[in-house]
Amino acid sequence: MKRSYNCELIYKKEIADGIFDFRINAPDIASSAQCGQFLHIKCGEGTLLRRPVSICDTSDNTVRFIFEVRGKGTGELAAFKEGDFTDVLGPLGHGFTTDNGKYKNPVVIGGGIGVFPLFKLVKSLNDPTVFLGFRNKSRVVMSDEFAEYSKNVTIATDDGSFGYSGFAVELLREHIKTSPADIIYACGPMPMLRAVKAIAEEADILCEISLEQRMGCGIGACLVCSCETNRDGTDRYARVCKNGPVFLSTEVTLND
Amino acid sequence: MIDMSTEIAGVKFKNPIITASGTFGFGEEFGEYADLSEYGGICVKGLTLKPRAGNRPPRIAETPSGILNSVGLQNPGVEYFAEHDVPKLKKLDTNIIANMSGNTTEEYCRMAEILSDTDISMIEMNISCPNVKCGGMSFGTDAKTVEALTKEVKKYAKKPLIVKLSPNVTSVKEIAAAAESGGADAVSLINTLLGMVIDVDTRKPVLANNTGGLSGPAVRPVAVRMVYEVRNTVKIPIIGMGGIMSGRDAVEFMIAGADITAIGTGMFIKPDLILSVKKEISEYMQKHNIKSCKEIVNTLSLN
Repeated sequence: MKRSYNCELIYKKEIADGIFDFRINAPDIASSAQCGQFLHIKCGEGTLLRRPVSICDTSDNTVRFIFEVRGKGTGELAAFKEGDFTDVLGPLGHGFTTDNGKYKNPVVIGGGIGVFPLFKLVKSLNDPTVFLGFRNKSRVVMSDEFAEYSKNVTIATDDGSFGYSGFAVELLREHIKTSPADIIYACGPMPMLRAVKAIAEEADILCEISLEQRMGCGIGACLVCSCETNRDGTDRYARVCKNGPVFLSTEVTLND
Repeated sequence: MIDMSTEIAGVKFKNPIITASGTFGFGEEFGEYADLSEYGGICVKGLTLKPRAGNRPPRIAETPSGILNSVGLQNPGVEYFAEHDVPKLKKLDTNIIANMSGNTTEEYCRMAEILSDTDISMIEMNISCPNVKCGGMSFGTDAKTVEALTKEVKKYAKKPLIVKLSPNVTSVKEIAAAAESGGADAVSLINTLLGMVIDVDTRKPVLANNTGGLSGPAVRPVAVRMVYEVRNTVKIPIIGMGGIMSGRDAVEFMIAGADITAIGTGMFIKPDLILSVKKEISEYMQKHNIKSCKEIVNTLSLN
């Protein structure tokens, strides 16, 4: 039987304003987690539902996740101290397809807090090309860590205060004109994902996109975290928590 | 020895806790977290005659001690359920209750006919869904309509018929009495309360459907009051639900008059919640020296 785990917070650091890096002691989750899967976390007494947070990385006994304080739930979570325990379900969902060595020229693109679910993926790939976009210099996080696992990391900021001036998707568009790419992995804000989907499909490159949605149960039963697909009838909406959060760009419309 | 078993409309339940429709899918997902055979029963996702894709997302917003949802009856249709899900569910040692929603009296009757030919225990007629344009709640808010619909559907239902009541009415007692006089074998209540959440920055409702149904602990006092009122109005059994998160919450419904109780929203937080509620009810019974859970039902002592 699957179950929830009461996990101790063993490391906590605010890595940018309102963005928290947490590591919890969770051996069972760490040993089975795949790239792109998520945790469903009970944040505190002030919120009813759990909050979904992507897995950033795992080691022997620990699971690392990074989140931004967006509302009441993540606010409660940010108040946890090292040594506190929290109730966690996971690993949940369908992650990225990594098939070791299958893809010779993988490209990874992330934006904002969407870069975190891509870290474990980048570690598992063979020297991928990585484009990470942030609003400005103060929001740039984990760039050094990504650079440890890939020689080809380019940082973009919207305002040009760090790295390339502009959007990461512009770097992607230029990259695939001159370099081979057999898969694109993406996670970030919806406008970025729509652009990546269009670029990948125009160039006929396989593309996997990680989505977020407001969730209920997180295990696929309650049907609230829907995203629109290209299918008809009852398959029109897929469950982000169960069929995703990672989808092929060609299966989802990204209309909502 | 604690006896958790009970019976409604001739159907035996090993314990008085079932899943609430619309929150449980068809068992596949929650079955990974608990042995579903330990449940008193399983009430499946609301079925319609034709498959439904459901509403556009976002479909959920958290509210103070509750959730607002607008799934919109996404389901594969009653025929698919009969063919694919019933055989799987029948492998479990528990009662299967099929929940159905229609746009017309004819649709309800046709579904009752189809479901009666399957190996399920009971049929729950949803006349109270707030998230669909046609039918749904509009059937459940007028006493004459409820009585006529129940009477008609009873002609086709060869299984005990539960009528699920809406809280979005002036008098739930009148609607419950109408269901009883129409021939309902039991009533279940409450369905969700119609609500709205607005994002003040965009001045738009958070749900794509604009409105949704409120559930969770926030609605529990409303639900308990309605169960109490209905218990003092009708003779038929009651399935009580609304924000149950613990054994004591379930006992509260039973004291108010519910023969059995259902859990929905709580399962989203704790996927094996039914098992802990069951344990807590038995602890309550031990503490109060109660031998059969039936002894708890309708024992309210008013001030």
